[in-house]
Amino acid sequence: MAMASLQIRNLEKDFGTVRVLKGIDLEIEDGGFLVLVGPSGCGKSTLLNTLAGLENITSGEILIGGHDVNGLHPSKRDIAMVFQSYALYPNMSVAQNIAFGMEIRKIPRAERDKAVNLVAETLQITSLLNRKPSQLSGGQRQRVAMGRALVRNPRVFLFDEPLSNLDAKLRVDMRTEIKRLHQRLGTTIVYVTHDQIEAMTLATKIAVLKDGELQQFGTPAEIYNNPANVFVADFMGSPAMNLIGASVDTRGSEPIIVMERPGLEPLTLGLGGHAEAIAQSGAKDIIFGIRPEALTDPDSADRNATHLVEGECLIEVVEPAGSDTFAVTKLGGKEVIARLRADARVQPGQSARLSFNLDKAVFFDPVSEARIA
Amino acid sequence: MTTSTQNAIGTGKLARAAIYAVLLVFLVYYLLPLYVMVANSFKPLAEIQEGDMLALPHVFTLEPWIKAWSTAQIGVQPTGLRPYFVNSILIVVPAVAISSVLGALNGYVLTKWAFRGANLVFGMLLLACFIPFQIVLIPMARVLGLLHMAGTIQGLVLVHVVYGLGFTTLYFRNYYAAFPDELIKAAQIDGAKFFQIFLRILLPSSGPIIVVSVIWQFTNIWNDFLFGVSFADFSSLPMTVALNNLVSSSTGVKEYNVHFAGAILAALPTLVVYIVSGRYFVRGLMAGAVKG
Repeated sequence: MAMASLQIRNLEKDFGTVRVLKGIDLEIEDGGFLVLVGPSGCGKSTLLNTLAGLENITSGEILIGGHDVNGLHPSKRDIAMVFQSYALYPNMSVAQNIAFGMEIRKIPRAERDKAVNLVAETLQITSLLNRKPSQLSGGQRQRVAMGRALVRNPRVFLFDEPLSNLDAKLRVDMRTEIKRLHQRLGTTIVYVTHDQIEAMTLATKIAVLKDGELQQFGTPAEIYNNPANVFVADFMGSPAMNLIGASVDTRGSEPIIVMERPGLEPLTLGLGGHAEAIAQSGAKDIIFGIRPEALTDPDSADRNATHLVEGECLIEVVEPAGSDTFAVTKLGGKEVIARLRADARVQPGQSARLSFNLDKAVFFDPVSEARIA
Repeated sequence: MTTSTQNAIGTGKLARAAIYAVLLVFLVYYLLPLYVMVANSFKPLAEIQEGDMLALPHVFTLEPWIKAWSTAQIGVQPTGLRPYFVNSILIVVPAVAISSVLGALNGYVLTKWAFRGANLVFGMLLLACFIPFQIVLIPMARVLGLLHMAGTIQGLVLVHVVYGLGFTTLYFRNYYAAFPDELIKAAQIDGAKFFQIFLRILLPSSGPIIVVSVIWQFTNIWNDFLFGVSFADFSSLPMTVALNNLVSSSTGVKEYNVHFAGAILAALPTLVVYIVSGRYFVRGLMAGAVKG
């Protein structure tokens, strides 16, 4: 059992009278990759700053490598941070930027140079060592910022939205590079982003935050397949999960859900394996959540699924995307996206049979927005 | 397309001619006094007394300059302006240096180590920029007396530092406000302390605003007359007050050529500072206006 290199216990943070972190509990094992994700203003960057020691906490505990770091100066916490703006010292060369921390700690020149060269080789920036930050491209600055963190050889790396200032293509490249770096070094990383794709691709654990509260903490697969509430379901995944307002009909032997649609009879579906849980909850109205890939043409449906239900739906819009075709229909007053195979024969304005994979469906309470089944 | 462009150029030419004509008038208007001063400072007194101030010198002489610098009667002694020029340098250099350093530190603390009420403190410092000189004269005289600094060079340095602090703080605070906080955070994580961050990270990037602060303070302190005439005694008079004594001495013949030479001598240092660092001044004032 690997030791937890970072534990956060009941962390609270106030700015004046506003509570921006409301009792966060998190833990990441040694070598893990924790991604803090959420919309802007959710407190994820504040949380990262409290880990770094750049913000004081109001109450709670932060343990890095088993030691309570509360009150410790940022430089004494065995962490390194990569900032959104890279925060390279503009008056220093790349080599001086990377060596600055060692220089402050009065490490001898020869040792500094050796460490800088080693890191520069790892990141392939040896040819840039004598340049000033202003002479570098965005991607190069990003590498230098990572080099400055790497050279500290810390227990935990903190990344604050490191890719958000790069253009789309470079962002994907650097994302892969960060993942490769993590696999090679095996150092624990805490990574803040608002991009759910970055979160899914990089993380070993994801913490979804909203309004200073932890919504869900789990592996990417858990977060994606078993969202704890409507917010997490809606936030993670692209295109987003379909969240359809429906009512539960319990008159038959098994409960079914009924979804209104314009100009047609309501669509009714059985509940598959969820029937019992929903019957027990006694819910009359319900939010039926199904990801676009679980709603498809019958030929592409998952053959291993135990509960496939088909329904006739009126297709309003067809969006071919090359690898797939997205079809938009309307259910429960909402636009619902189905992901079909590329050559599925659907036409806008005509109806088509769609297959609902209920193994992958999730159900929420429309008032509390919490998960029912 | 073509016609409209030609039209635009046609009206442009007329407007341009008008603009240049107006500019030329202003140019003459501003340069005329300088011309009169320079031309007459190289004439013997007799030539000026003939009455044509605008004529170039017939007989070219350096006599007025030498006299103004080293032999003219300022007070009791015929010392020329030289000792007072030295006084001004002794006042200006430390006053500019100290007020700029303190202003930079104020700006650093007010933006990067902001405490509760930092903006209030800044507002109060700003108020110092709006207080007229006359208002502080009597309290300042009292303070200098209490500190036993009345009539000394050090006393004048103190007065100028106190009075200039509002301006230098304003400059540096606004400059550092645009300086990214993440750089300070990065330096903290690297283990740099308060003064290390200031000296190693902020100051090396402060070139333009240092130039602004130095030019502003140098010009104001060098040109100051009121504090000099109020707080200096005879041994510590600055250049401006000495020039006034030279020009307004009531005995003997008015030596206009010597007065002109003296006035140019008094204006020369600020002129040199502007010429040397003027391009940074404009750059500094514009700093932060455009990102990057």
